Amino acid sequence: MNPYVVLRVVSKLLIPLIFLFGFYVHFHGEYSPGGGFSAGVVLGVGVILYALIFGMDAARKAVPPWWARIGMAMGAFIFAGVGFVSLFMGGNFLDYTALDPNRTYLGQHLGIVAVEFGVRMSVTAVIIAIFYAFAGRERTGDTAEG
Amino acid sequence: MIEIIADRFTYAVILVLMMVGLYAVIATGNLVKRMVGLSIFQTSVFLLYIATAKVTGGGPAIFDYSDLAARTIPEDAIYANPLPHVLILTAIVVGVATLAMGLALVVRIREVYGTIEDDELSEIDHDDELKKGV
Amino acid sequence: MNGAEITQLFDYLFMVMLLFIGLAIIRLQNLFAVVMLTGVYSLIAAAWFVSLSAADVAITEAAVGAGISTVLLLAAMLLTSGKAKPTTAFRHWAALVVMTAAGAAVFYALGDLPVYGAADSPANTGVGMAYIDRTPAEINIPNVVTAVLASYRGFDTMGEVFVVFAAGVGVALLLNLSGRGKRGED
Repeated sequence: MNPYVVLRVVSKLLIPLIFLFGFYVHFHGEYSPGGGFSAGVVLGVGVILYALIFGMDAARKAVPPWWARIGMAMGAFIFAGVGFVSLFMGGNFLDYTALDPNRTYLGQHLGIVAVEFGVRMSVTAVIIAIFYAFAGRERTGDTAEG
Repeated sequence: MIEIIADRFTYAVILVLMMVGLYAVIATGNLVKRMVGLSIFQTSVFLLYIATAKVTGGGPAIFDYSDLAARTIPEDAIYANPLPHVLILTAIVVGVATLAMGLALVVRIREVYGTIEDDELSEIDHDDELKKGV
Repeated sequence: MNGAEITQLFDYLFMVMLLFIGLAIIRLQNLFAVVMLTGVYSLIAAAWFVSLSAADVAITEAAVGAGISTVLLLAAMLLTSGKAKPTTAFRHWAALVVMTAAGAAVFYALGDLPVYGAADSPANTGVGMAYIDRTPAEINIPNVVTAVLASYRGFDTMGEVFVVFAAGVGVALLLNLSGRGKRGED
């Protein structure tokens, strides 16, 4: 039903690579350029490309809108949660050194990974949610005045 | 005068880009094009921040593993200032979120008024108020 | 010609391209062309970020500017209208006056900016360089930008995440996230 065979085949090859690159950018963010914000955006672009090529219904089946709704809140919750965990383990709010009982930089590594996970989750979910909101809208109001 | 601008030529060009964005915001009455003008203005501000962080001869602030193992960096290493990078990195993502918010408002305005040209919008508002007798 | 000079030449190329694209966006009335040129503008800005040694920013700008902004603007254009009304003479002159006044103000302040690329400018000697000195011992990860983003300025980043979350909620409230349009009304 979709006449664009080349687009479909190429994007079928590209979409897994985009997701792989997104996770690479996320998990390699401490060692090379990248991190939660960039990775979240790249992963969101992957879903948007899928929706553009295969249609909104297929995309809604692959990534249901309620995932985006929950992910938005969960990401922000994880970030604040890490802050409160470090608070309860004896440090300041978002002081990751407190996450390690021996107070070495390992606590910082742990905290940064957790926080970046929250950022990535929130950004991906917000971008997917925004795209669904725009793409699911039908053009209306053509008969209105003006 | 000439040497002041010659030393700051990059900033001067970026300021011109900012003014182009400002003109685009004011000159057009179309709300979508106005959002485009805002995003040009925004990108130019990002460029200004990043340009101030540039240090001649310096690369991105990413260490070698050997320096990390020694827990210190060599005296002669030159890095770009990482602080503006951090501020702008988050500002870009917040910028797209607010752009989406503005566009959502534009779409809703189109659904209610049937137009997104601001002179037509104020005409419709004016007529409505006349009808209500305000 | 060494590497720095070639980079500088590329910078001049980016400046010329950005100026031309900006002027084209002002002149065009066709919104589809305007949206596409906005994507190009962001992509060239991302290339310039790389040459200004801001690799993290460049990745984000390329994905956001050329990917998501363009898609969102296209969607908004399809939901509204594809053509802008031409600029009226009054608006043109009004915008020109405002632009000239603002431009004169910022160019008057240009001399107070530090010299381009100076390592001893106030912006580049303060807290930013202190982060570079302290990261190897305190955080011990190679990418200083990530260290500052997630740890030193974690509270700032948390605020940004909440802003992104709030914008997502706002769009969902305005345009019904479940994506069925105005199903309840028809």
